[in-house]
Amino acid sequence: MNIIVCIKQVPDTTDVRIDPATNTLIREGVPSIINPFDMYAIEEALRIREKLGGKVTVLSMGPPQVIEALKEAISMGADDAVLLSDRAFAGADTWATSYALSMGIKKIGDYGVIFCGKQAIDGDTAQVGPGVAEFLDIPQVTYVKKIEEIDDKKAIVWRMTEDGYDVVETSLPAVFTVVKEINEPRLPSLKGKMRAKSYQTTIWKAADIGADEKNIGLNGSPTNVVKIFTPPARTGGVLLQGDVNEAVAAVVNGLKQQQII
Amino acid sequence: MSDIEIIQDKCVGCGACLSSCPYGAISLKDNLAVIDDDKCTLCGACVSSCGFDAILLRKDKVEKSDISGYHGVWVFAEQKAGVVQSIAYELLGEGRKLADILGVELSAVILGNSIEQACRDLVARGADNVYAVSHPSLENFCDEPYAVILAGLIDQHKPEIVLCGASTIGRALIPRVAIKVHTGLTADCTALAIDEEKRILLQTRPAFGGNIMATIICPNHRPQMATVRHKVMKEAAPDSSRQGKVINVPYDRKMPASRTSVLKVVEEITSMVKLTEADIIVSGGRGMKGPENFKLIEALAKSLGGAVGASRAAVDSGWIPYSHQVGQTGKTVAPKLYVACGISGAIQHLVGMQSADCIIAVNKDPDAPIFKVANFGIVGDVFEVVPALTKKLQETCGK
Ligand SMILES: Cc1cc2nc3c(=O)[nH]c(=O)nc-3n(C[C@H](O)[C@H](O)[C@H](O)COP(=O)(O)OP(=O)(O)OC[C@H]3O[C@@H](n4cnc5c(N)ncnc54)[C@H](O)[C@@H]3O)c2cc1C
Ligand SMILES: Nc1ncnc2c1ncn2[C@@H]1O[C@H](COP(=O)(O)O)[C@@H](O)[C@H]1O
Repeated sequence: MNIIVCIKQVPDTTDVRIDPATNTLIREGVPSIINPFDMYAIEEALRIREKLGGKVTVLSMGPPQVIEALKEAISMGADDAVLLSDRAFAGADTWATSYALSMGIKKIGDYGVIFCGKQAIDGDTAQVGPGVAEFLDIPQVTYVKKIEEIDDKKAIVWRMTEDGYDVVETSLPAVFTVVKEINEPRLPSLKGKMRAKSYQTTIWKAADIGADEKNIGLNGSPTNVVKIFTPPARTGGVLLQGDVNEAVAAVVNGLKQQQII
Repeated sequence: MSDIEIIQDKCVGCGACLSSCPYGAISLKDNLAVIDDDKCTLCGACVSSCGFDAILLRKDKVEKSDISGYHGVWVFAEQKAGVVQSIAYELLGEGRKLADILGVELSAVILGNSIEQACRDLVARGADNVYAVSHPSLENFCDEPYAVILAGLIDQHKPEIVLCGASTIGRALIPRVAIKVHTGLTADCTALAIDEEKRILLQTRPAFGGNIMATIICPNHRPQMATVRHKVMKEAAPDSSRQGKVINVPYDRKMPASRTSVLKVVEEITSMVKLTEADIIVSGGRGMKGPENFKLIEALAKSLGGAVGASRAAVDSGWIPYSHQVGQTGKTVAPKLYVACGISGAIQHLVGMQSADCIIAVNKDPDAPIFKVANFGIVGDVFEVVPALTKKLQETCGK
């Protein structure tokens, strides 16, 4: 069975720091990583391939620097990588991103499962996976934490819920968005790294996937960002050191004053 | 094609835009801002950062879809086993405000089986109309049939705003609906407001793990759709004397069969209170040293009537199940009170809990980053402080 994994390159928030003087984010030199949830998606795809055979293709939409992220997936063991890269894709919201990815997926063709991460840590929307499923008119299971059974026609998976999980059966092809609990991603192998080095990522422009200009990038995005601001930084409150009982009494008093207890 | 440009005559080279770019795409060259097309995603964050109107984001003329004729505010009311979930009441509370400003009706949509009582509850919480679709096959949430029905109702009745909870169900369902009805969707909003002059919904949400806030609009498409974070908006209070219309929508028997089916529903949360529903959360981290010590956390949580959370370090060590993890790769919570015990306060943990109203931190390292966000920081050993705090609370609250 052939599998497609949608991966996104995101800034590593570990390194996002606040400039104390201006209270703005310091973003220079923030490294880019593969969205952490997408790492689990790649791993799960590789595991299914090891069981059922077939090919794993990683797909991303973004600027040329995303090739680095795709190569990392190749070094983990993905067979092919495709990047949708065109100035016309820029400024896409989740509607336009889902549309472009679905057009890329149609061009790749012949797939049994499409994996996405639960959400991307930059936008945190969790909307692209279901959006892709809708554009492709295939079923979806979100927040997948375990694939119990899978063959060419159907799968039984566990969907994480607020209070546990649902066991869900679905016909294939389908879109699965995965959570961290599903597996432990492997490290790139030496052989994989060698292959990634010389691997030529396929790059498609909007015209290559037959995307309608009206539906992509900023033009195709129903939503617009009108304002971006840094929330007022939380300022620390009181720091209590010394006698434990005094500290505890002070805290309980404070909670009473604030009517929390 | 849409594009972005620095107007060189206006740019003074102040550099204010540099730090506004989430993608590091702007640099200064010869005292002028320059945008690197390879990095820029046209997100527009820089435009409002420029005090000199020197950044021009040009969007091609797009055909506007016909947005006249859309009226009213809708909320999608999530139910489980016929019981309306609290998030729906929060949406009704917020929806009422928006509807009153716009001078329109507030409606709820509910899908399920045996939902008569649920409909009455929705009216009591402020719904002027309840669109109810009842059928045995809708008892449990199923992505596709729910999306088809909701999109059909939207196409038919044309609400101008549709709100949904940013819950597991909401975040699976509503993106499909937004694609079907071809409109924008803003995820996980924490504030909603109306621009009265333009009659549009201003949707504010955290991005980059809460490090920045973005206000988003959907100017040319209707409805304007948003998911709303749980526990942020105030619940509408019930009033059993309220009147409202319940409109029973017949289930369309020609609906295509669902391609997914729920075989089993399993409940897993070990503590008595659910994390995302809790007003008070007590979390333990690596500083708790071992699984047996989570008893101390549970005791403190119990004395406060709260739920138990954990850092990733504690979860990865196998001390407590993943469903308790708070943070970037766990749950985002916004309780009234968050108590962090033996947690250092790594950014990935902070983004999951820093919108709590009040934070207490217990850590033996006075330089631990958690103290930067804590309203009350106690420098000390968790094995002394946590039991002492539990005892004091029991004395005070008599629990
Ligand atoms: C992609 C990614 C995603 C992540 N997602 C998450 C997430 O969702 N949630 C999350 O929590 N983390 C997440 N992390 C991990 C995060 O970076 C930290 O490693 C983690 O939060 C640390 O947990 P901790 O504070 O319990 O442990 P530590 O950082 O080891 O801190 C333990 C603290 O306990 C204190 N301590 C020790 N003994 C005592 C004592 N006896 N009394 C009092 N204090 C004591 C120490 O001073 C220290 O500050 C993520 C990391 C990455 C890279
Ligand atoms: N530009 C993109 N390219 C490829 N995959 C993406 C892109 N944006 C989002 N995705 C996928 O959709 C998931 C959810 O992203 P989001 O809806 O942005 O939170 C991610 O984990 C990826 O699997």
